[in-house]
Amino acid sequence: MGSKIGEVIKSSTESFMAECYELHIPPSFGSLVRTREGNIDIYAVVSGASTASIEAGRRPIARGRGDVNEEDIYLSNPQLEKLMRTEFTAMVVGHGDSGKFSQYMPPRPARIHSFVYACEPDEIAMFNQSLAYLSVLVDVPERSNELIAATLRNAAVSYSEPREFLVRAGKELALMIAGDTNRLNIILKKVKA
Amino acid sequence: MTEDRKLGFVISGALTKGIDVRLDGDISVEDLAVGRYVTIEGQKRRFFGMVTDVTLDASDQRMMSAPPDVSDPFIADVINGTSTFGRVHVLPMLTIGDDAVSLVEGPQPVKTVPSHFSVVREASEKDIGSVFGSVAEGQFYIGTPLDMEIKVRLDPHKLVERSAGVFGKTGTGKTFLARLLLIGILQERAAVNLVFDMHNDYGWSPMTEGKLEVKGLKQLFGSKVAIFALDAESARRRKVSPDYEVKIGYDEIEPDDIALLKETLGLTDLAVGVPYKLARYFKGRKWLEGFLAVEGIEALNELANSIGENEATVAAFHRRLSVLKRMPFLVSEAKSSAIDSILGYLERGIHVVLDFGRYGDNIAAYILVANLLTRRIHSTYRERTERAVAEGSAKPLPLVITIEEAHKFLSHELAGQTIFGTIAREMRKYNVTLLVIDQRPSGIDEEVMSQLGTKITCLLDNERDVENVLMGVSGKGELKSVLAKLDSKQQALIFGYAVPMPMVVKTRDYGTAQSYKELGFREALGRKKDSDKDLKDLFAE
Repeated sequence: MGSKIGEVIKSSTESFMAECYELHIPPSFGSLVRTREGNIDIYAVVSGASTASIEAGRRPIARGRGDVNEEDIYLSNPQLEKLMRTEFTAMVVGHGDSGKFSQYMPPRPARIHSFVYACEPDEIAMFNQSLAYLSVLVDVPERSNELIAATLRNAAVSYSEPREFLVRAGKELALMIAGDTNRLNIILKKVKA
Repeated sequence: MTEDRKLGFVISGALTKGIDVRLDGDISVEDLAVGRYVTIEGQKRRFFGMVTDVTLDASDQRMMSAPPDVSDPFIADVINGTSTFGRVHVLPMLTIGDDAVSLVEGPQPVKTVPSHFSVVREASEKDIGSVFGSVAEGQFYIGTPLDMEIKVRLDPHKLVERSAGVFGKTGTGKTFLARLLLIGILQERAAVNLVFDMHNDYGWSPMTEGKLEVKGLKQLFGSKVAIFALDAESARRRKVSPDYEVKIGYDEIEPDDIALLKETLGLTDLAVGVPYKLARYFKGRKWLEGFLAVEGIEALNELANSIGENEATVAAFHRRLSVLKRMPFLVSEAKSSAIDSILGYLERGIHVVLDFGRYGDNIAAYILVANLLTRRIHSTYRERTERAVAEGSAKPLPLVITIEEAHKFLSHELAGQTIFGTIAREMRKYNVTLLVIDQRPSGIDEEVMSQLGTKITCLLDNERDVENVLMGVSGKGELKSVLAKLDSKQQALIFGYAVPMPMVVKTRDYGTAQSYKELGFREALGRKKDSDKDLKDLFAE
């Protein structure tokens, strides 16, 4: 089932934003998460996370001049946990219906307050049987190369033969961006790192 | 190698130019050589073709200037077959249908191309069998396709139906190949052979270039082959016991025969006319002997005046013709006719190898004898065939005449005059065909070349030779690249009448004990065993 990590607070067909239950513990960049809309599981790749004050106008101030450890700041100011929140955005890459994966946009976006779960390795491997979803990431306007590389690195961990998976994914990617070897080269280097 | 391996898919093509195939990532271009056979699975039929070119390609041309970091094996693995890939050019030749009608009719010439992205596979043994004919136990085969262990058949019966040519530059194995073909013809009794054996390559213990002795036809087939020697002395020195010693009477040489020697003897155009006048003067067949017997310049001048010819021309002609005096096989009158004996042997289905001995190096002797004998034999064959047709009786056994240095007989100037030109053009009307062996096919008349049914060519590198051999073949440009890339030994490109499509073969071995065994040769012990067994069977002991 995967652990529950947050709740959708902003939603559109191609992406959603979720607030994490734990401050400072968003899912990793490029990891696969799942939420639900009706009967449909919506899969998305974490494309960014941020932590900020709950109120837009109030910025945190530095408090740790006298403390030795960073943790001490939170211990002596327990209200801080309530005044700040961690959010992440995720790009929708596909959906699943009773165990069948479709690597294209779901018919409807996730509802606000839908729970978001981190995917288990088995589920990740199942989802990655097809890599058609990479085309969505290829078209992401910002940090696309980073995102693709991170996605593949994260997915590879779910395989007993990570290299085999990475070569397969690399080849898929090479065909998707056949006209841009330079970009392919950059991504592949990041995948391997 | 697994059978039916998928190689890639069709990306573009034209019937006239061939098809481009993009290779799959796991197929290395280095595994594919020109001359390999592939099948293409079209939507309605399967195509059979040959690889004629191999190319490296990339999806992004910028990759050439800024190559990826392939020192990293991961990147190299990813790039290989995706961003960079191999492309092969395939010349489709035949279509193979799988329905009942196609199975009966066999492969058909290709008239269209497979559709886009049709899957291309390595040709399987079954495909090759269905295209070239499978080789049954004991049937003659010519060799194996490149990198495959399948025997491919060259049907000797079809081969002898039209004249054939074996080409290739010196040292590429023409003689070995010709010997194999002769053996094939002999084994399957497709025809009787008459071999004008210039360099003693066919009859008895020929020497290879590496000075190895291999077995000749006589050694392999014993009583089925007769050796006729022009030079009995040399034959005996080589421990060959000829079945017949050839002597040719001067009276058998006709003015036409001399005309053929024009180039070899360096005769002028004027001189070529002289023998006809001489023949009139000496009243028929004794002209040559009579002319050679004339001695002294005065007598020659007198002769010139009486035949109305320039004195100097006649004198020069006399001088040139005196080389004939140095050919001991020419006698004033032959006791028995070599031609009749050759015909006698051929009629009984015994193959004749005419061993030239020392005269093999004397091109004048070779041309003279080959032409003279062939002309008579051909006219006899012609008579017999015509009679057979008229009477509805059996035609004589097909005859294959093997000549070497064919460009000396079939050059543009001579092809109209020699009997070989006639045979090449007449084709099989009279059951006589040629097996032409030559290293300089550009010297052979175009018309003759176009009449050769089956051409078998080893490596050729002279542009004009290649042009001439491939003249009139579809897919010439592609075959050219195949021909130029043949190994210099034991590889040949075969195309034309006897094969359904051009094929590249590694010709079978010749010269090892195993090869002799496969060719049907049995050592004396084996033969004795057999005859003992026959005796036993006969008397039911």
